[in-house]
Amino acid sequence: MTVSETALMVELDGVAKKFPNGRSVLDPLTLEIRKGEFVTLIGPSGCGKSTLLKLISGLTPPSQGTIRVDGLTPNNAREIISFVFQDATLLPWRTVFQNVCLGLELEGAARARQQKRADELLRLVGLERVSGAYPRELSGGMKMRVSIARALSTNPRLLLMDEPFGALDEMTRDRLNEEILRLRGEQSWTAVFVTHSVIEAVFLSTRIVVLAPNPGRIHATFAVDLPIQRTAELRTTTEFDRIVAKVSRALREAIAQ
Amino acid sequence: MKKRFTAIANALIVFAALLALWQLVIWIFQVAPFLLPSPLAVVKATVGKFPMLLHALSITAIEAGGGLLASILVGIGTALLFAQSRWVRRMLYPYTLLLQTVPIIAISPLILMWVGAGATAVTLIAFIISLAPIIANVTQGLISADENLVDLFLMHNASAKQILFKLRLPNSVPSMFVGIRIASGLAVIGAITGELYAGSARVGEGGLGYSIFYASSQLQTDYLFALVAATTVLGFGFVFVVMFLEWYFLHKWHESARGPDSV
Repeated sequence: MTVSETALMVELDGVAKKFPNGRSVLDPLTLEIRKGEFVTLIGPSGCGKSTLLKLISGLTPPSQGTIRVDGLTPNNAREIISFVFQDATLLPWRTVFQNVCLGLELEGAARARQQKRADELLRLVGLERVSGAYPRELSGGMKMRVSIARALSTNPRLLLMDEPFGALDEMTRDRLNEEILRLRGEQSWTAVFVTHSVIEAVFLSTRIVVLAPNPGRIHATFAVDLPIQRTAELRTTTEFDRIVAKVSRALREAIAQ
Repeated sequence: MKKRFTAIANALIVFAALLALWQLVIWIFQVAPFLLPSPLAVVKATVGKFPMLLHALSITAIEAGGGLLASILVGIGTALLFAQSRWVRRMLYPYTLLLQTVPIIAISPLILMWVGAGATAVTLIAFIISLAPIIANVTQGLISADENLVDLFLMHNASAKQILFKLRLPNSVPSMFVGIRIASGLAVIGAITGELYAGSARVGEGGLGYSIFYASSQLQTDYLFALVAATTVLGFGFVFVVMFLEWYFLHKWHESARGPDSV
């Protein structure tokens, strides 16, 4: 394996997906994601962005083409992948703490290790005080934090996020965006993120892939050359606005097609 | 708390008024005691035959409870089987419907023929009549787990066993209790109906259903009333126990958990 190959976290080579009825969800698509990148997939409904995440995670097989995650097939790479869903998808009968333990528990880790890790992560996302609470007692933003803590508990190298903040109010979303960047700074995972929000995409990403719908395909790709260290103030800079405008324009074109 | 107290007080006042009206009707129209005994006569019969009444109540309670317990165990077991595949469900589910639609009165004579009169036959009848709602509700709960949660488990390489016991089974608990609540009422009805047919191996001794049959044939209408009241108490008792358990297991995490407190 050459150096350039090992530097890739995700390789999609001519990957296409059809529904069982033969309708195409994704046209053949090639995309490479390097380690350490934060790539956001953005596009209107029907552009296959969630399907793309499911393909990378191995939850659904491609109709054609090959997918590699860290050089492995997605199914063999599951140990290094974590998925954050649109809803927090917590187990309602478990406490926050027990929910964060779930990943390591399923992977058969020793109880002491599960608990130590859950403690660390709850502290990391600032929820150590509600660790004994049940999900229904939490706000939407807090639930999402638990979901993120759970995803990070297994030390993933690749984090797949499917519109994780779509259902939250804007203030909570902004705060969680900043938190995601902080966590990424402290750990070092590669992220593939799906969203409808251009502002969120620009704020988080190192690269943005705009998808066009029916069937899904890549319309345009933008490198976001903003500093790696980003704070809330970034959203008010002209540079930020310029990229937002550029991506928004591409998104409008993609929808119009 | 005060509101609840007032509600109970109101119910008691209405009850007392109905009893008074009942007693009044008997005094004014001089109704024959074997047609309609006075409330006082019913109380007298209850007190006078209390050990007998309690004995009958305990027999029926054990039969209904045994039948319910068996249907909970068998029902959950069957539902776990049903949850394995759509194919299994398609093959076997029609038989559950059959279980639900067959009139218990129609099969009681058969059961009587097979296992003989007595508590075993009655327990079996209570079991059969209360099984279907548990199978149906637990199966529903098992197969209705959030698809994303199933995906999450798969992402962590969860085994089929882990998905079943850490996800599907706990997910089914709320609907399991819906099934058990329906089944508990049916088990009591089943036990009492069963006793009418297969109530006792010995004349003069048996559960509430058998005693109702016996008391009516002897025109002991006052005791008959006491027995009817006892069946109501039994039914309430079952529902109350199930509701308490439901509250105990669900109140911490489930929205729909309604405890004895919220009634």
